[in-house]
Amino acid sequence: MKKYKGIKYFYSILILVFLYAPIVTLMVLSFNQSKSRSHWGGFTFEWYTTLLESSALMNAFKNTMIIALLSAFIATIFGTLACLGMNFMRKRSRAMIMGMTNIPMLNADIVTGISLMLLFIACRATMGGATVLLAHITFNIPYVILSVMPRFRQINRSIYEAALDLGATPVYAFRKVVFPDILPGIISGFTMAVTMSLDDFIITHFTKGPGFDTLSTKIYSEVKKGIKPEIYALSTIMFTVVLLLLVLVNAKPWASRHKNGGVRR
Amino acid sequence: MSNKTKLFAAPYCIWGAGFIIIPLIIILIYGFSDTEGHFTFINIYSIFSHVNLKALLLSMLLSVASTFLCLLIAYPLASVLAEYGRDKSPLLALLFILPMWMNSLLRTIAWQNLLEKTGLINAILLFFHLPEMMIINTPWAIILGMVYDFLPFMILPIYNILCKIDIEYKNAARDLGANGWQTFWRITWPMSLPGVLSGITMVFVPSLTTFVISDILGGGKILLIGNVIEQLFTQDNDRNAGAGLSVVMMLFIVISTMITEKYDREGSV
Repeated sequence: MKKYKGIKYFYSILILVFLYAPIVTLMVLSFNQSKSRSHWGGFTFEWYTTLLESSALMNAFKNTMIIALLSAFIATIFGTLACLGMNFMRKRSRAMIMGMTNIPMLNADIVTGISLMLLFIACRATMGGATVLLAHITFNIPYVILSVMPRFRQINRSIYEAALDLGATPVYAFRKVVFPDILPGIISGFTMAVTMSLDDFIITHFTKGPGFDTLSTKIYSEVKKGIKPEIYALSTIMFTVVLLLLVLVNAKPWASRHKNGGVRR
Repeated sequence: MSNKTKLFAAPYCIWGAGFIIIPLIIILIYGFSDTEGHFTFINIYSIFSHVNLKALLLSMLLSVASTFLCLLIAYPLASVLAEYGRDKSPLLALLFILPMWMNSLLRTIAWQNLLEKTGLINAILLFFHLPEMMIINTPWAIILGMVYDFLPFMILPIYNILCKIDIEYKNAARDLGANGWQTFWRITWPMSLPGVLSGITMVFVPSLTTFVISDILGGGKILLIGNVIEQLFTQDNDRNAGAGLSVVMMLFIVISTMITEKYDREGSV
């Protein structure tokens, strides 16, 4: 399929430019001496140093990271256990649970956020970090289930039963036989949950109280007043870290794949 | 043994009942009652007021347009990526998903910069003596923002399904005398339909319900149904009316999901 190669390259690059133009803009702005967004005032590292002194911003960053990692971790445990349990259920009860799982996936974020806000109001809970955490766990669990469940489906149950016949305790058999097979699903579910939580604005917006901010809500509150350049600096750092992590993670399987002749479906 | 293992799902079932099902019931209760708690349809009917109806219709128009544009842009790209991924490396596809790791609010704000009257795009256009582009604070800017924000959601499912289609099907069609277009319409397109449909839902629902993109790129002057609902909760503190409109919005989501599921079933037969 070597036809139209030039057009294909051109088209891909055009879309890459479209996708990366705003990101490059943000990165350039993080080095812009002038606070104005439309005017270049010379190169500076100033925003990177003032970033560390801005306690409000560092606080929002800390909140974002804690909420993302903690909610993803708890959601991974709930979701994986749920998948394990569902495997031993009848088809109908399993379909019911999967139906419930699909609700936050299909529903609009704004409705999920509002419904949780109304729940917290009804329970007279004080809105703050805890309510945001509860909300994030709720919308993260479906991502974990949807990436772990297919792994369970692929498992050959006879191997697990063979382990039991050979004298393994159920826990030992699970740890040695089942767990290694579902681990990739758990990891990708966890990663997805962290990503979704990091980027969420809408649900956090409705479930947070005054005085608690994640990066997203902080950015939104500054849209009208004008964004502080420190935020550009912070997100440039975050994006670069993710980029490096991805390169590290992907470099390994890619290299070994090429050793095997590069064929894998 | 199996009876006990089932219980592992119990924590999630309790969690889901408390944080998924009950909140939805609460929204329904608010939506169908007035401030004193009496049953009423007035919150639902408020969708027919001039402002709300206009916002809903504009939301539908913009979300349909951006979903269509996303499909138009993403399908050819996903085919190129799938072809490339089969031959060389799947890493290229990652390049198109990567932007999602930059905060989406910030990326939208960056478009504000690029599109401004004195922004970069106009500077470039001016340099080449081309007419300036004045789309900031118009519905066109909102469509652009939606396409930009949700394009990866369209690329991913189509890419995934195209990777799974066995190349032998296409070769067989070619061997039997089909030309390129026939192979596409008879083989590739129907087989990729589930991916297309899931992409459509993943783009349509967030664009129908967004209030962020319209806020940032519409200059706060263009109201979508999401903006109306958000303002009812955060500014007017009218929870009943807000919940009522949310119920109407959910109805649209359910209808659109049912339509795509229907096509999905018909396509797979």
